[in-house]
Amino acid sequence: MIIDPVTLIVALITVSTPVLLAAIGELVVEKSGVLNLGVEGMMIMGAVCGFIVAHQSGSTVLAFAAGMGGGMALALLFAVLTQLLMANQVASGLALTLFGLGLAALLGVGYSGLPVPTVGRPFPDALQDLPVAGPILFSHSALIYVSILLVAAVWYVLARTRIGLVIRAVGENHDAAHALGYKVVRIRFATILFGGACAGLGGAFLSVIRVQNWFEGMTAGAGWIALALVVFASWKPWRVLLGAWLFGGIAALQLRLQAAEVGVPVALLDASPYLVTIIVLVIISSDRTRAALSAPAALGRVFHASS
Amino acid sequence: MIALEKRAQPSRAWVVGGPVLAVVLTMLAGGLMFAALGTDPVEAIRIIFWDPLFSERFAAYSRPQLLVKAGPLILIAIGLSMGFKAGIWNIGAEGQYILGAICGAAFGLAFYPSESPLIFPGMVLAGIAGGVLWAMIPALLKVYARTNEILVSLLLVYVAEAMLASAATGWLRNPEGSGFPGSRNLARHAGTANLELIAGTGMHWGVLAAFIAVIAAYVVMTRHVLGYQIRLAGQAPRAARFGGVNPARLVILCLGVSGALAGAAGLFEVSGPAARISIDFNVGYGFTAIIVAFLGRLNPIGILLAGLLMALTFIGGELAQLMLGVPAPAIQAFQGMLLFFLLALDLMANYRIRLKREGMA
Repeated sequence: MIIDPVTLIVALITVSTPVLLAAIGELVVEKSGVLNLGVEGMMIMGAVCGFIVAHQSGSTVLAFAAGMGGGMALALLFAVLTQLLMANQVASGLALTLFGLGLAALLGVGYSGLPVPTVGRPFPDALQDLPVAGPILFSHSALIYVSILLVAAVWYVLARTRIGLVIRAVGENHDAAHALGYKVVRIRFATILFGGACAGLGGAFLSVIRVQNWFEGMTAGAGWIALALVVFASWKPWRVLLGAWLFGGIAALQLRLQAAEVGVPVALLDASPYLVTIIVLVIISSDRTRAALSAPAALGRVFHASS
Repeated sequence: MIALEKRAQPSRAWVVGGPVLAVVLTMLAGGLMFAALGTDPVEAIRIIFWDPLFSERFAAYSRPQLLVKAGPLILIAIGLSMGFKAGIWNIGAEGQYILGAICGAAFGLAFYPSESPLIFPGMVLAGIAGGVLWAMIPALLKVYARTNEILVSLLLVYVAEAMLASAATGWLRNPEGSGFPGSRNLARHAGTANLELIAGTGMHWGVLAAFIAVIAAYVVMTRHVLGYQIRLAGQAPRAARFGGVNPARLVILCLGVSGALAGAAGLFEVSGPAARISIDFNVGYGFTAIIVAFLGRLNPIGILLAGLLMALTFIGGELAQLMLGVPAPAIQAFQGMLLFFLLALDLMANYRIRLKREGMA
């Protein structure tokens, strides 16, 4: 049994990207004090919308736009429920996931197995053919580079700009932010929609680029793993990237181990990405001071301006 | 300008009327969805909500199905509702349901071909143990490592599904099944069958257990100190702690009870309606039960009614699939919609809408 480390790393980066996109979006949402448990639903909506448009139009750019749109449509529902109608965020997020899974399956009836266009790669062949560095650094589709730039952008905006400061203020103490004159509901609407777009884009990446197919329930818990990654990352953008790669590594490795038919039970390999996520969550959460300090203070609380 | 004013007490009328209005609104929105799918909306709604109960052609088959489908939903939702009331979110009931089925079936099959009357009670206990075991993982991790129970319980569903696949294709596979996945038929073997108690009603042991759970939950929530502690912990966690409620105990108890009931539901299903362990044994009762719990306002009587209504949408959905060719996922989207309307209408129970003139501060 030989597992080539270079192809493993290439696979790791591809496998981790949908989760990374969803998680970085959710990080911004949670930084503004909103817990959206509907990531799985938004992702699968993105997956189905992206796939349908990719097949119909033949354009991957349109497909990604559609994926983002699908995720944002669901996110808008969530925003209206939790911000305007002040519904419980946990329940609304669950509703979003249940509804999204159903609606996506409904939209995708008949699309399973249809062809989608393949995406180009931005770097020239000469670079891709370099030994080791070529496949690892230059062989990916453009969206993978975009996702890493997005992590950098989210870090920069949250840590270094005024907008980021306002988002964090709203997430830490919405009453104080409101008293200072910031539009809490409006800011949260924007972050929730951003989160929806990211999750939808992640879903579209999954169906259009990675799997190149659509089937019911294809996200298989990726949205929930994205939620776990945000906790794992202690709400820090760069650690989301690290966590996504860790998850991607496990997922890519277990697929290869299954193909190589080693003596490990298939059930254990299938379950390994979820088990590792749980174990990592436990390690992070049990560090009392860090977990408690880094969670946005107003996370999940309903905001109602009394005056 | 419209302004919202928080009510001191949730409005009684809206608490009861909200779910009813949500059902009506879902029918309207669902009708639009069916119209968009190219089916006659009025006929679709009639087939889903009316025909399973009253049509001469289908009622004979459908009516017993109502209890068969409502049983597991009510049983699971009752367990979930206690946790939800206390702010403990077990959303992995689907996994506990699977584990209950696997453990119960494994117990029963271990004694095959014995037909001793002791086997079925043993299976029930094994099923409960399986569910509790699976629920204790998020519970203990929450208590001892402060890990979020929502994520852990949900992620464990996928682990349980992997175990189900390995059981169906490997260690529980029917040795006489010529290599096909799936265990022996438990419902057709005297020792392990979960029999219909009253012929033609669909009433099996699991449905009876669901009714008992409704009554027990009602007594506990309204008459027992535990019910008081659960409500207190949900509404004012700090006050609960000062009032001597042990939060760790409550987490273990709530997750334990919901795991036990979900596990039992899985066992009753695998030994009755589903008849065997198979790869696609779980059909999402654990997730739909979340909707049932909310639709029933986390109240045992409400959950009983909500479970029956949700079961009706399952049966009616199958009928609509058969009669109108409505795709199967449509009904799942329909159920999700119901939860949306319900949550939206909660606003009316907790807030009063006031019209304010523009410019007033």
